[in-house]
Amino acid sequence: MQNTNLVLLTLASPLLAFLLLGIFGSSSNWLKKGAGIIGTLLMAVSFFFASQLSLAYFLNQTPNHTQQILFSYTWLQFGSGLSIDMGALLDATSAMMLLVVTFISLMVHVFSLGYMHNDERFASYYAYLGLFTFSMLGLVISANIFQIYMFWELVGVSSFLLIGYYFNKQSAVAAAKKAFIVTRFADLGFLIGILTLGYYGESFDFLTLIGRLSDVQSPQFAAIGVASFAGISALTWGLLLVFMGGAGKSAMFPLHIWLPDAMEGPTPVSALIHAATMVVAGVFLVARLFPIFAIAAPHTLDIIAYIGIFSALFAALIACTQTDIKRVLAYSTMSQIGFMMFALGVSGYGAENGAGFSASLFHLFTHAFFKSLLFLGAGAIIHYVHSNEMEDMGGLRKHMPITHISFLIACLAISGIPPFAGFFSKEAILHAAYQSNPAIYYMALFTSFLTAFYMFRLYFSIFWSTQKAAQDNAHGEGTWSMKIPLILLAIASVLFGFIPFSEYVSTDGKPIATHLDVLFSIAPVTLGVLGILLAKQLYQKASVKPQKIALALGSAYGFVKNKFYIDEVYQYITKKMLFAWVARPAAWIDKNIIDGFYLLLAQLTQFSSVYIKGIQSGKVQAYAMYFFAGILSLASLLFYVLK
Amino acid sequence: MNLLLLIIIPFLTAVVILTAKDFKQSRSIALVGASIQLVLAFFLLNQYQAAKALVQTEAFVFEQSFEWFPSLGIQFLIGVDGISIAMILLTALVVVAGILVSFTMEELHKEFFFLLILLSLGAYGFFISLDIFTLFFFLEVAVIPKFLLIGIWGSGAKQKSAMKLALMLMGGSALIMVGLIGLYYFSNETGNRSFNMLVLAQYPISYAAQLVFFPFLFAGFGVFTALFPFHTWVPDGHSSAPTAASMFLAGISMKLGGYGCLRVATYLMPDAAVHYAPIIITLASIAIIYGAFATLMQTDLKYINAYSSISHCGFVILGIGMLNKTAIVGAVMQMVSHGLMTALFFAAIGMMYQRTHTRLVSQLGGLLKVMPFISSVFVIAGLCSLGLPGFSGFVSEMTVFVGAWQNPNFWYRLATILACASIVVTAVYILRAAGSSVMGPITQKNFLHLTDAQWNEKLAAIVLLSGIVIIGIAPFLLTDLLSSSTDVLVEKIINTF
Repeated sequence: MQNTNLVLLTLASPLLAFLLLGIFGSSSNWLKKGAGIIGTLLMAVSFFFASQLSLAYFLNQTPNHTQQILFSYTWLQFGSGLSIDMGALLDATSAMMLLVVTFISLMVHVFSLGYMHNDERFASYYAYLGLFTFSMLGLVISANIFQIYMFWELVGVSSFLLIGYYFNKQSAVAAAKKAFIVTRFADLGFLIGILTLGYYGESFDFLTLIGRLSDVQSPQFAAIGVASFAGISALTWGLLLVFMGGAGKSAMFPLHIWLPDAMEGPTPVSALIHAATMVVAGVFLVARLFPIFAIAAPHTLDIIAYIGIFSALFAALIACTQTDIKRVLAYSTMSQIGFMMFALGVSGYGAENGAGFSASLFHLFTHAFFKSLLFLGAGAIIHYVHSNEMEDMGGLRKHMPITHISFLIACLAISGIPPFAGFFSKEAILHAAYQSNPAIYYMALFTSFLTAFYMFRLYFSIFWSTQKAAQDNAHGEGTWSMKIPLILLAIASVLFGFIPFSEYVSTDGKPIATHLDVLFSIAPVTLGVLGILLAKQLYQKASVKPQKIALALGSAYGFVKNKFYIDEVYQYITKKMLFAWVARPAAWIDKNIIDGFYLLLAQLTQFSSVYIKGIQSGKVQAYAMYFFAGILSLASLLFYVLK
Repeated sequence: MNLLLLIIIPFLTAVVILTAKDFKQSRSIALVGASIQLVLAFFLLNQYQAAKALVQTEAFVFEQSFEWFPSLGIQFLIGVDGISIAMILLTALVVVAGILVSFTMEELHKEFFFLLILLSLGAYGFFISLDIFTLFFFLEVAVIPKFLLIGIWGSGAKQKSAMKLALMLMGGSALIMVGLIGLYYFSNETGNRSFNMLVLAQYPISYAAQLVFFPFLFAGFGVFTALFPFHTWVPDGHSSAPTAASMFLAGISMKLGGYGCLRVATYLMPDAAVHYAPIIITLASIAIIYGAFATLMQTDLKYINAYSSISHCGFVILGIGMLNKTAIVGAVMQMVSHGLMTALFFAAIGMMYQRTHTRLVSQLGGLLKVMPFISSVFVIAGLCSLGLPGFSGFVSEMTVFVGAWQNPNFWYRLATILACASIVVTAVYILRAAGSSVMGPITQKNFLHLTDAQWNEKLAAIVLLSGIVIIGIAPFLLTDLLSSSTDVLVEKIINTF
């Protein structure tokens, strides 16, 4: 089958699920019951087509991976020659993303069959999942920067709907609003960046834009280089603003505050949206425009690199102090995306220089599997103990053997222990960082130590430690629909590291040979093992040691545990400043000054009417006076004019 | 097609309503009349496209002219182009939806529907007029019913609001009148003085006269479209009006102003438009951002939508002020989009108010559970308002933004950034409103017994929603309709640059 049809079918199935379940799901009893099965089947169809497309792309097209526009349709023509085209761009990056998104989404669909089984809004849940998957797929195949912006907004709204899924819960609604508004703010930057790049590049089309703006000879490049604001060229502005959008979606510091709260959504949703797919959209966006970043404005990549490593370290520190299992995972996601981001930041363009680019997407790829596994595992655990708090768990390894083993595999993978998938991708990232910027490399090493520590802190507290009385319930580990995704994802987390990723995905489409430097790996792996051992020491058996350490650290610990008070800073800026100093005065001025002016006008009219009314007194003598005065003045006027 | 039908059918409908015996009859007559008009509007679109395929040079088609006041050179001159057809379609959709949500009424039903239809007649006449005197006549026809609709069937401080609205709109009309007389008086350079728009467009009045009279016309029509600082009738007027009247006000009446700013002020006095563009853009960007922030502080759902209308209509003015093709197409798209969306919003708010008897955000809560359809409509209208792709709001706002960005002037860019920033504020107030009124826990026990939408309410929502979604998914349908007409308009402006 043609690639175009494959892409269309891949997108159409989740869209169909959304429309079918969204419109008729609440009225038809039959659809309400079968929503899960219908959604999952349609998702399986989507996965089937996507995998055909991707595998055909990767296996047949050797050795160079070209970029193909599968189709393009002018959707909205602007008068100035610009247009928004709806199209599909197939290259190594989008083919890989298609595979990841459809697979993880399918796993989450299957898992939710068991997890959401008794929910009264079962059909809506699957409708939203369909909407999300459709939007995410549309995002990854976008051929036009405005098209990606549209799907970008659509994933944002599906994320909003899913975070706020339990809409009767105040905290869920608040979290959903927060996620939407913070990312919307970031998207403001994205939009202005698009307008700037599009205006100077004279196109919104990705390939045209990249071709023009990464070519120093082109007139567009000259124009965008000359135009500047505040001493910074329009190109830099455009790219940084686009990155701002990416940073918002990918929860980079300081736009990360929505991600931990987003955990209010159902856990499988967190696995899909807030771990594996939507949150890496920012990485994908930078990767999409990478030639412009790397060739035309490499200094912007430095900024991206520093924001990435800072976010990675920052989030890892916070993760060590959190007690809610999903929040630990959320911060760990932020930290891992930081890894992907700085890997892009340290990368160059072309051949071996682009190793960081390949490493970043490799990590995106492996991370999707082990992180969604961690979340689904967490879902199974929460399903079992009915709590998110680590202190309600403990000793679960005997009760939930499959969850236990798969969770362990994922923890090992994220900690970078060979031969699990995360090891290979993290090695590639560290290697790229080492060659480009040692400072970032050392910070990254420390972060991987923290990663191993906090992941195993989680692991030991959940599965070892002492068993809590409350969780002694009879019901088992969960249905098979919950176990199968765990098993499949665990297999992926073991095996997928062996894929020679950089031979498939690279900056210029030419394969880079993968090599594993054993000597180089010693330091990170040792640090990872140390982190695990430290966590084992502290958390394998319930003890007071962790508390003692926390006490010893004093206020520093409290500072980290309260997430560096970033939320409070935002609260202050929005509530105290924007509301109190902008919104309230605006409303006040409107009511009192502007409307007051019209009111005054009305009163003035009324007042003068009372006054004028007095003239029409009905007294004949007065009228005669006015008459006489009138004649006199007219006569004198006439006299004056004639003279 | 004979354009007179567009006026005759509402007129006949209005007359027949007066013979109705009871409420059911009058509402059925109104509904039938509005539906015929809707069919006619689509037929007009079809005919227009066929006519355009044959003759591509003519700006206006289906022109007809009747002598009215020959001594003053006033004709009854009518004709349509793409822009007016878009507005006629919008009007027809909103009228049908407005009647569909007015299925319960205690008193004076005949008069109510009579006035609604009369209002729509004014709007149709306004959109097809090519003679500025005729246009002004129809504008006034559309103003008077509003006063009565709010004053008699309104809620809250209805008399005060009705008075305020009528006085401010009359003030706007007075400004327009001055502008029209100026246009007429100074048009004698062509031999005869004329109110004919085609003549006036071909032979614009002198630059000095344009500079004097442009502000009158633009501000006058600006009052109708809530141009800052002439917008204060909007919040009170919309909030006191009964649901259908709110829908007509925001969906149709405010568009009369935007259309007038474009078709009369800018089209007939392009040089002055270029001259005053910086001021227009400044006022528009203030309206956008200030309206958005003022919305944040509102606690009544209708006030929220009214203030947000000020913000959204700012995009119309901004697009016109940017004076390039993309932005002007965007402005017209925004008129259509905002008309549909805000009517949908008011319809949803009206349905909620009818059941819960409150519009205060703090008293509502958890309605999604008891009335999923109405609440979903509310949320969808909100999502359209905050510019979600897939709905008309996104495409029209983006077209305005892309057009606005074409001007590399620093201040214009700043105004555009402010306008873009409003979409964040919009998200905040929409989500706050939706978050606490339809989501969250159910706040009052009696909400549990409330019923969801009736068939007529559902149909009204679907009518408006289909317009919003069709434009959102296939914007090229609308831009194709508009672009040839805006070409004619913009060419004149470019010539003056």
